[in-house]
Amino acid sequence: MTRLDSIDALEKLRGDLAAQEGAGVVVRVCSTGCRALGALSVCEALEREIARRALGSKARVVRAGCHGLCAGAVAVVVDPQGIFYQGVTTEDAPEIVEETVVGGRIVERLCWSLDGEAVPLKHDIPFYKHQTRLVLRNCGVVDPASLEDAIAHGAYSAAAQALSDMRPEQVIEEVLASGLRGRGGAGFPTGRKWQFARAAEGEPKYIICNADEGDPGAFMDRALLEGDPHLIIEGMIIGAYAIGAKKGFIYVRAEYPIAIQHTKAALEQAREAGLLGESILGTGFDLDIEMRVGAGAFVCGEETALIASIEGKRGMPRSRPPFPASFGLYGKPTNINNVETWANVPRIIEEGSEAYAKVGTEGSKGTKIFALAGKVRNTGLVEVPMGATLRQIVFDIGGGIPDDREFRAAQMGGPSGGCVPADYLDLPIDYDSVKQVGAIMGSGGLIVMDDSTCMVDIARFFTDFVQSESCGKCVPCRVGTRRMLEILTRICNGEGEIGDVERLDRLGKMVLATSLCGLGQTAPNPALSTIRYFQHEYDSHINERRCPAGACQALIGYRILEDTCTGCGVCLKACPVGAISGEKKQPHSISASVCIKCGACHEKCRFDAIVVE
Amino acid sequence: MAENATPDRLVSQGPSEDDVVAALDSLDARPETNLIGALQEVQDRFGYLPSPALEAMSERSGIPLSRIYGVVTFYAQFYTEPRGRHTILCCRGTACHVKGAGRVLEAVERELGIEEGESTPDLMFYLETVACLGTCFLAPVIMIDNEYFGMLTPQKVAAILQNFRAERQ
Ligand SMILES: Cc1cc2nc3c(=O)[nH]c(=O)nc-3n(C[C@H](O)[C@H](O)[C@H](O)COP(=O)(O)O)c2cc1C
Ligand code: FES
Repeated sequence: MTRLDSIDALEKLRGDLAAQEGAGVVVRVCSTGCRALGALSVCEALEREIARRALGSKARVVRAGCHGLCAGAVAVVVDPQGIFYQGVTTEDAPEIVEETVVGGRIVERLCWSLDGEAVPLKHDIPFYKHQTRLVLRNCGVVDPASLEDAIAHGAYSAAAQALSDMRPEQVIEEVLASGLRGRGGAGFPTGRKWQFARAAEGEPKYIICNADEGDPGAFMDRALLEGDPHLIIEGMIIGAYAIGAKKGFIYVRAEYPIAIQHTKAALEQAREAGLLGESILGTGFDLDIEMRVGAGAFVCGEETALIASIEGKRGMPRSRPPFPASFGLYGKPTNINNVETWANVPRIIEEGSEAYAKVGTEGSKGTKIFALAGKVRNTGLVEVPMGATLRQIVFDIGGGIPDDREFRAAQMGGPSGGCVPADYLDLPIDYDSVKQVGAIMGSGGLIVMDDSTCMVDIARFFTDFVQSESCGKCVPCRVGTRRMLEILTRICNGEGEIGDVERLDRLGKMVLATSLCGLGQTAPNPALSTIRYFQHEYDSHINERRCPAGACQALIGYRILEDTCTGCGVCLKACPVGAISGEKKQPHSISASVCIKCGACHEKCRFDAIVVE
Repeated sequence: MAENATPDRLVSQGPSEDDVVAALDSLDARPETNLIGALQEVQDRFGYLPSPALEAMSERSGIPLSRIYGVVTFYAQFYTEPRGRHTILCCRGTACHVKGAGRVLEAVERELGIEEGESTPDLMFYLETVACLGTCFLAPVIMIDNEYFGMLTPQKVAAILQNFRAERQ
């Protein structure tokens, strides 16, 4: 691509691209998240079919980012009609091309269905109808590998506007007035942070994009970087201009190979086009952004640890103040924001803070992206206004719990968060309300749990996680979480002692109050929140040596119901340790002493003849 | 993570001096300004971080060897021993956990006869757990090299590993 040496050149290119963009059919395949189910072969099959039928001038395939409805992988959208197909395989390609691309007709069997009726259009599907997709608006639409496509869809117009028409202070005022709060967890007002960094003494200043996304169960940042990387770069240009930074970093975790690839390519393209580097768009403002890849440490999501990691040190947090805004990377003023925070910035500049602040609640403005997973039908990426309720997210958008099971809790905020029980399904979710019920908004992972999820086991699970990710620098976190884990483990093993719940509670509050960084200061939350709402489950484990959800392996056993067993022998073959015996056509049985409780037989039995007890 | 480049020779003897020199000569990242990036490049080349390479890096850059080792041992994804050629990442994240990731991990361990953090004796596989692969909608998930496998059950895992091995022999 040629270098864009002025804002006029950018707008001219945008105009030219719009003129070229004819009326053809565009088949947008999710090529990122859905890659796990063969999306790339689907792209190739569609392209082969389009080429074979010489439709090249009328139709094209875009390897787009995530469409959001991950439960429908491989997901395909055919535009301009906006038809949504799910579960697409390579074999469906000829039919999609014949029927939809050429004939403009719908392939019903690939459509979302509601009570047996096909719902062909994306915006009619309940999953999309109840969302407000603003930050994600181009995710799944643009080709993340193409700067031209991003520009055709509006990329860098907000950056151009900020660099040419606004003073840095004005940019900060706009962001401040928008009410944007950090999406990385703590919800600190972004404009304030920028003000501090701008006012701080010291040169050079740095900006950082935190794409470490370490919370298990969160994949919003992954989808944004994979599906619309130029949006993040644009946000960073605006932020760097506002605070006066000339160098930026994007710190991506190593577990996201596609995000790394797309981010790297996008940075190179932006540099080549003069959107990064010296005198961006001829405005005289310089910024370069470098990508850094993590090396597998959860604590590096914490800002001071992340900075240490970029500096080539062990990723250990340090106590704050001083905050990075005054003493950050290499001791210089540094502004660090989360991926989704950066992604909100261009729209604030483009539409103005007033329009931006129309969405959301009093104290939390804009939208929030949630990664919906766990025991919910429509797993995927969901964007709703701040103030939406859990019920809207889990039931209206998420389609409820599969297998007619009961909603038990939603885990919000990952290892720093907590479990929100069914009583709060109608609570409007924003930073402040979620905190009040003992969880945190966190980065936006939302894991739905049903009545087969044991809450004590979940507390043990998270405590295990934070314990192994604790960097070891401070004692309360290093030793305290270990003691908590010991108590939780013995409760799950049926060896809990009277008084353990009280011990946990006391210990948890101590770790919370005395740890050095956010990791330890929030590590007890999963245990404390489950004690708060599900103490009866703790009691069952301790007093009755029973796991009500049937999840704790030490407290359950598998048994074959003699009357229901048909003697088909499937379980016998499935058992990896030979614990099952029986003659063909005769009821089988499980030897408890050999059984390793792997659940393979239970999963394979077609007659529901194996019970967990 | 790409397929590990551990040639069998390296396993028994470690890299030759020439290999180390070539690796350090061709680094994109400079250890002085981007130590972790430089280590990642060396590891991409050898599949692990051989001690002669770390010593040479320390000598060239002036960064004390103790500091380099401090960094190497802090991060979970640096390895000082050769590993199996194909890395299996078993997700132990929340979404995977509530959908039975524990049993999937057990099945992988059973199938390969190794535990988390170990390689198979033929150095075909190296097994590790991760906090989340960001593919929670496919839970439970594992990743072999850069390929995802989702919606797993203990049975499916056994079949995937057997196929994977068969395809490469
Ligand atoms: C243990 C720990 C892990 C964290 N992990 C992340 C993370 O993965 N991504 C992120 O954006 N922020 C993470 N944070 C929050 C960052 O420290 C920091 O607050 C955030 O990047 C600021 O960006 P924001 O203001 O845009 O939210 C973490 C904090 C702690 C204490
Ligand atoms: S929890 Fe396993 S992929 Fe996210």
